[in-house]
Amino acid sequence: MSNQIKHTDCYALALHHRFQWEEAQQNYVILFPEGMVKLHGGAGEVLKRLDGKATVGDVVADLKATFPDAVNIEADIIGMFELALNKGWLRQL
Amino acid sequence: MTQASLGLSAVQKTVQALQNNGVAASVTHTQPLWLLAEVTYRCPLHCAFCYNPTDYDKHTQNELSTEQWIQALRDARKLGALQLGISGGEPLLRDDIEDIVVEAKKLGYYSNLITSGVGLTEKRIQAFKEGGLDHIQLSMHDITEEINNFITNTKTFELKKKVAAMIKNHGYPMVLNVVIHRYNIGHLREILDMAEALGADYIELANTQYYGWSLVNRSQLMPTKEQVDEAEAIANEFRANPNNKMKVFFVVPDYFSDRPKKCMNGWGEVFMIVTANGDVLPCHSARVLPNMTFPNVRDDGLAYAWQDSPAFNKYRGDAWMKEPCRSCSEKENDLGGCRCQAFLLSGDAEAADPVCSKSPHRHLIDQAIIDSRNPQAVAQPIVFRNDKNSKKILAGELDDRVKAFHAVP
Repeated sequence: MSNQIKHTDCYALALHHRFQWEEAQQNYVILFPEGMVKLHGGAGEVLKRLDGKATVGDVVADLKATFPDAVNIEADIIGMFELALNKGWLRQL
Repeated sequence: MTQASLGLSAVQKTVQALQNNGVAASVTHTQPLWLLAEVTYRCPLHCAFCYNPTDYDKHTQNELSTEQWIQALRDARKLGALQLGISGGEPLLRDDIEDIVVEAKKLGYYSNLITSGVGLTEKRIQAFKEGGLDHIQLSMHDITEEINNFITNTKTFELKKKVAAMIKNHGYPMVLNVVIHRYNIGHLREILDMAEALGADYIELANTQYYGWSLVNRSQLMPTKEQVDEAEAIANEFRANPNNKMKVFFVVPDYFSDRPKKCMNGWGEVFMIVTANGDVLPCHSARVLPNMTFPNVRDDGLAYAWQDSPAFNKYRGDAWMKEPCRSCSEKENDLGGCRCQAFLLSGDAEAADPVCSKSPHRHLIDQAIIDSRNPQAVAQPIVFRNDKNSKKILAGELDDRVKAFHAVP
């Protein structure tokens, strides 16, 4: 478990950021003033589960259930939260 | 219009994010992710550093209609455009920005109004908020009324502070753009303090790059290398302080570097501009280049412009390069720099950007730096960006100010 991210934490997209599916690019993106980030499928799967209620633990459980064959998925998910938080794409609720 | 999106600015931020986030897909094919709509060249300000074309006066009577802009937004979105900048001139001089904003929201753009603040009223900002405009980038010029009013050639200092408050009150992220030049570079610490006091979330310190009006006024605007180094140190010091929440972007001026900027992140890679009269350009000043015909939305669709037009394909990739770029181990870092700068200064659009220390034309940059210290050159009056001066340039009456360049900037 990461020092920074706890299973009980709840995160949402940072203010003035928008998360959306891009048909032309076939991937999710985060848009914000003066910038954008393309996300690969896994990162998009994490962010689309942030509904303001789901905790990190809920997201991990849901993704484990959805992708039972994925190896080491929890570390990837926590890594994604860490990255997104450090980049300022997420805020803690 | 500010200098926000030139060169190492907005586009580079995207790409850094793409490279650094560790989860991103790489860009494998070109896509116009950024659409800049320069909806008008009319402007109530007369900034000496404006990079708009000095001959803009010929494009003030033939602006695209609302319907043509909406069609352009739709077509660009189909090509993958995501970030929309609504700019000018001063976009608020058009009364249909509200309609453009509504359409942008409907299409899924992240939309940005790039404004001097002149013409932004409570009524209009409310309509923008309701219409779904995502953010507003406000140009600020200095902490002093004197310098603000001098460099913009207008009395707009108090108004800008009011507009900043209005933007904040409507819940917008506060994005300030400050073009840096000789007259304000010494006030950088105070400018950062002012931005913080206004509640800015982002501040872009855009060192003047020399295109359009700023090229004509280069000797009058250029700071010294020492001033630039000090400014960068101040910006870095601010960023290093964990108590400072405001994000600071410092756009390095290329004249004081020995490698050129990767202009627009590469010709026709991620950036597309539609100008007031409908020309479709890969960069702001591309029309200075010789033997080029740019597509226009009145005649050609944006898909043709982006994918198939000879103009957009001409400098894509590196096949067009000549020496010293062709065999340069660093060519992918900067793609030879800026084609417009290369042509304006050297007369050869395929030459290495003269900023590069490997360029046989680097002496032109060094001479420009020397000229900016020459009391005679500096004593020439500033040519402010206004209709009268644009007409004079078109009529050849200011030839002595542009004769050193290989095209009218």
